[in-house]
Amino acid sequence: MTIGLGHYLSVAAILFTLGIFGIFLNRKNVIVILMSIELILLAVNINLVAFSSFLGDIVGQVYALLVLTVAAAEAAIGLAILVAYFRNRGSIAVEDINLMKG
Amino acid sequence: MYEAIVVLPLLGAVIAGVIALVGARNRFPGANPPPPHDDHATPLVQEGHAHAAPSPAESHVTTASSHEDEHAAEPAAAGSQLAELITTTLLVIAAVLSWYAFFDVGFAGHEARVTILSYITSGDLHAEWALRIDPLTAVMLVVVTTVSSLVHHYSNGYMADDPNRPRFFSYMSFFTFAMLMLVTSDNLVQLFFGWEGVGLASYLLIGFWFHKPEANAAAIKAFIVNRVGDFGFSLGIFATFYLTGAVDFDTVFAQAPALVGKSFHFLSWDVDALTAVCLLLFMGAMGKSAQFLLHTWLPDAMEGPTPVSALIHAATMVTAGVFMVARLSPLFELAPNAKAFVVFIGATTAMFAATIGLVQNDIKRIVAYSTCSQLGYMFVAMGSGAYSIGMFHLFTHAFFKALLFLGSGSVILAMHHEQDIRHMGGLWRKIPFTYAMMVIGTLALTGFPFTAGYFSKDAIIEADEVAKGVMSSYGFIMTVAAAALTSFYSWRLIFKTFHGEPHDQHHYDAAHESPTVMLIPLAILAIGSIAAGWPLLGLFTGEGALGFFRESLKYAPGNTVLEDMEHLPLEIALAPTAMMIIGFLVAYQFYIRRPDIPVRLAREQPVLYRFLLNKWYFDEIYDYLLVRPAMWLGRLLWKGGDGFVIDGFGPDGVSARVLDVTRNVVRLQTGYLYHYAFAMLIGVAALITWFMFSGGHG
Amino acid sequence: MIIHAIFFYLFAGVTVASAVMVISSRNPVHSVLFLILAFVNAAGLFVLLGAEFLAMILIVVYVGAVAVLFLFVVMMLDVDFAELRQGFLNYLPIGALVGAVVLAELLVVVGAWVIGPDVSSAISAPIPAAATVNNTQALGLVLYTRYVYFFEAAGVILLVAMVGAIMLTLHHKPGVRRQNIAAQVARRRDSAIEVIKVKSGQGL
Repeated sequence: MTIGLGHYLSVAAILFTLGIFGIFLNRKNVIVILMSIELILLAVNINLVAFSSFLGDIVGQVYALLVLTVAAAEAAIGLAILVAYFRNRGSIAVEDINLMKG
Repeated sequence: MYEAIVVLPLLGAVIAGVIALVGARNRFPGANPPPPHDDHATPLVQEGHAHAAPSPAESHVTTASSHEDEHAAEPAAAGSQLAELITTTLLVIAAVLSWYAFFDVGFAGHEARVTILSYITSGDLHAEWALRIDPLTAVMLVVVTTVSSLVHHYSNGYMADDPNRPRFFSYMSFFTFAMLMLVTSDNLVQLFFGWEGVGLASYLLIGFWFHKPEANAAAIKAFIVNRVGDFGFSLGIFATFYLTGAVDFDTVFAQAPALVGKSFHFLSWDVDALTAVCLLLFMGAMGKSAQFLLHTWLPDAMEGPTPVSALIHAATMVTAGVFMVARLSPLFELAPNAKAFVVFIGATTAMFAATIGLVQNDIKRIVAYSTCSQLGYMFVAMGSGAYSIGMFHLFTHAFFKALLFLGSGSVILAMHHEQDIRHMGGLWRKIPFTYAMMVIGTLALTGFPFTAGYFSKDAIIEADEVAKGVMSSYGFIMTVAAAALTSFYSWRLIFKTFHGEPHDQHHYDAAHESPTVMLIPLAILAIGSIAAGWPLLGLFTGEGALGFFRESLKYAPGNTVLEDMEHLPLEIALAPTAMMIIGFLVAYQFYIRRPDIPVRLAREQPVLYRFLLNKWYFDEIYDYLLVRPAMWLGRLLWKGGDGFVIDGFGPDGVSARVLDVTRNVVRLQTGYLYHYAFAMLIGVAALITWFMFSGGHG
Repeated sequence: MIIHAIFFYLFAGVTVASAVMVISSRNPVHSVLFLILAFVNAAGLFVLLGAEFLAMILIVVYVGAVAVLFLFVVMMLDVDFAELRQGFLNYLPIGALVGAVVLAELLVVVGAWVIGPDVSSAISAPIPAAATVNNTQALGLVLYTRYVYFFEAAGVILLVAMVGAIMLTLHHKPGVRRQNIAAQVARRRDSAIEVIKVKSGQGL
């Protein structure tokens, strides 16, 4: 059968939801949160490229490229923060990160 | 001149007050006054107290003993003598002026209306500070200023040890001023001002020794019971204004005949207007003059110093009610039902107070109940329509009752503040002058022929007999019976205090006569008790009364009491005298010849004895019926209303709720990242849902 | 078209499955590896969509750089997964509910909405026919002309990220001796050498 736009968008939606699940369902460590964010961004990218392809507009892909760039930058910074945090606190278990409690 | 009479005591009060305040300031600069301590360091100033300072270990039964520690420990206030001198002098001047006014107004007929200031001008309500000088006023001026000046003079001696004399004299002069405002008032508002002023002065003076809790309690009780009466009085004033549109006497009296038979609508009842007004006003008199239901404050008022009792609770303040009824005679004459009620209350009080006075043991309380009873007599006279006779008894009673009180004060001082007559006895040898004075006073009180009391009291009983009111026969029986009881308890007092064997040997040995400054007023009052009767008979009774009082006392056309009195059969006229003799003989039997009889009687009739001793349990009844519910209500409103509702839902409540809300909101700030992410997720989901269902722009 | 469908379902299925494994794997190294798998399959999806440049970029940047970075950090932080705590299930009910709601909504939107007829006229940069230019060229034609500002901005973002990452994690160990080239080069003779006359037989 013909794979239409809807199929790709459904895949993106599922990936998006899974990414969201990953953020708050995990109790293990913070890296999983960052990975979930990558999943979300991936879902967005799929969305953009699917629309670009089916509407015949190259702008979607340009936008996806920029999203990619920003995602990489954000992953780098996030991991740097994580490393600095780990050096100071000694643990990256999610439950221990409660300095903002108030 | 009339302004001078009224203002001089005020001036004295203010000067003495300033002396008191300045002295207190210097003694206690900014700090709380030190509590009185028990050492008797200061040498007693006045002459005569040669005996050793009493040790605190002596067990005195009476409560008056506690204050001796107070005024022996503190030094006298600065300027005490100056305060005494100024106030007493000013009052003597006022008294002299009053006697002059009495002759001027009464005989020469120079009545006056002196307007001083405008007080209230509000719509239809016009009230002024104005003096109404007519014969009724003149009589009262004489009574008030004479007794007040004599009491001031006496207090120079009696209060000699007290460290707070300037305050005392200030209050006494203020009281006199308020009383004078009351008797000279030309309208109901000024009358009420004086009314409240004497109530205030009474409170201040009863509670003069405010370190004593009983004095404080008595002062509050007096004020509150008075307030109940004043509530009725205020309603009476309001009703008068409502019915006549004015509060000044001339207008009200002019309008009164037009109100006969009118009724006004009150809470779905139609009450006769004049009767209602008179009853309400009389309620104030019941409170002020300690009549039957509102009497509970008078015996407790004996907590104040004896001069206070003499001035306020014998001669002047308690007679304000009587005066008020006399002043409003035009109104009362038109309300026969109110007059009947007055007779009823007066007669009941006369009897009731006499029965209680039979068994009291505190010398001042006996005299207090005697006052209560005699006031009942005065109201019987007023209610019977014989206003001038009521005023006559007021006049004479002021003299002999003040004499009795001041004499009691002399006895108390001689016995070094012992007030229980069971601890006295045989004092006639030690304090003969006081004894003589007391005997004269008692003779006058009981109505011994040719004393002043004889003329006035018997006149009341005769007037009541001829009066045509519905309560007259009741009044007659009560007053005659009370005459016997009066005689009994008065002689009981004399016998137990001055005759027999001394029960307290130590005090008996130490007893001595009071200083001269105290004895002079006693002598003057004694002269008055004898001489104020027969010479003034023509002024207060019969045809002469109408000629003397003229318009100040109104008699309705059907009121022929003054005339009919003259034509009574001899048995009726002599009945009070017979009662007096019976009472004297019984008292003599009980307390001189066979002193075991009263003891046995008390033991055999314990219920009756206790019933009378406890004042017919009125205090207990009122406590149960009125005081407790009032306290309960107050507590309910405080804890429930104020605490729970206002604090709970009002400012405290709002702040507490804010704290609650923030405390719960703070729990959202867990510090956990995934909680925050979760919150964001929920937000996103909500946004998506909202956009989906609101259709967007698609 | 059947091949197209098979490959689509293959790629899509593996992506979803590996995404599930990313978030539920106990070992963080496994999570990273599953992430890599997800990226690779997503690249495959991109290829199916005709965006092969983007697919390759995905592999190079995401897998080659970002995922490897994740792996580095996971290794470096030395997470002891014996201590890994449970408690996963506390939020499962409410989280599952919310997630299901979101998913359902997204799918409903996908199924029900149609693209408006005037959208096609709003296309700003139509893709040239694939016969004439390939995807890379098409992107290049647009990126360096109309969107050069965004391109430069992306470069600046990367620069800032690099500086930020270094600044956050740079950690001078105390006691480590380093060369200071500038100081070495700027040394003068009179600060480096001192001539001392030594008396014979006495040493320094």
